[in-house]
Amino acid sequence: MKARLPLLWGFLFGIVFGFLLQKGGVTKYDVIIGQLLLEDWTVLKIMLSAVVTGMIGLHLMKSLGWIQLDPKPGSWGRNAVGGLIFGLGFALLGYCPGTIAGAMGSGYLDAMVGGLAGILLGSGLFAAAYPRLRKGILKKGNFDSLTLPRLLKVNDWVVIVPLSALIVLLLHLLERAGL
Amino acid sequence: MDWLERVTWSPYAVGIGIGVLSWFTWLVSNKPIGCSTSFARTAGMIEKLLRGKKAAARPYYQEFKPVVDWQWMLVVGMIVGALASAQLSGDFRWQWVPGQWAAAFGSSAPVRLLVALLGGVLLGLGSRWADGCTSGHGISGTMQLAISSWVSAICFFVGGIAMAYLLFVVIA
Repeated sequence: MKARLPLLWGFLFGIVFGFLLQKGGVTKYDVIIGQLLLEDWTVLKIMLSAVVTGMIGLHLMKSLGWIQLDPKPGSWGRNAVGGLIFGLGFALLGYCPGTIAGAMGSGYLDAMVGGLAGILLGSGLFAAAYPRLRKGILKKGNFDSLTLPRLLKVNDWVVIVPLSALIVLLLHLLERAGL
Repeated sequence: MDWLERVTWSPYAVGIGIGVLSWFTWLVSNKPIGCSTSFARTAGMIEKLLRGKKAAARPYYQEFKPVVDWQWMLVVGMIVGALASAQLSGDFRWQWVPGQWAAAFGSSAPVRLLVALLGGVLLGLGSRWADGCTSGHGISGTMQLAISSWVSAICFFVGGIAMAYLLFVVIA
């Protein structure tokens, strides 16, 4: 039972996450495409308010010594190239790996049949190509697990406070513009 | 409990909710919210089923074992949570072709499925390539202020906006 407990927590957190995404409307194809066409800003509003809330809380807990963060290592070859490939797929499919789970739960059959099969196939293709990629392009322009505060050689909060203010201002301007 | 039956909540309420949820995933499970690795693990499970040991020997599956883990259960939970939300609000509807796609490209299900499949392949490939998706990099990584995640998140949208304009402005 003890080994199963983390899995149960994962499942419970997933229920909350899926519920929130569906209530936010981002499990819908039209909302995602609306964002990518810069007509409907729901996706960015949700992401940015999650980032501000999470960023402040996580770094507070980090300062208190409650948790240790784990920023992912990366490189230009990995994150810029992979990110652009992801983006092309994001617009063709209209869901991302997270919201597709929510889309499946809301009855979208194009997500369930076409999208899911595609993601599994694409992930498998990457696994097959991985031995070659990891020796080449994935290492190009390595920046390891660098964070913004470490790059700027400043305390975390020197980045968090202005960045939060900037995001809140941006959201405020979006609302003012009626978007 | 009126609010549970509403179709949509304010994006800010949802965003703050996700932010608070991320505090608890770290505090309780010591894990960031993420999704796409689970699809890679599932691909590994399927390949193992079809090809046996040869698949399990792939270096990628040595690093990301094809097993059910915390994040895999998170993704299963997400399907359940979205289903519950959609059922409560009456927003659940079986559909093959989403509205905005149908308005631009017609209501043919096979065409939509083919494009969804192609999009899925690029999404699966790209999320493994970048080592994360809109959740793992876009939300969890950016809030940890990781350079890898900010670069990825910006590129997700640059690629996405370019393809969306190509599809809906140039082609349609």
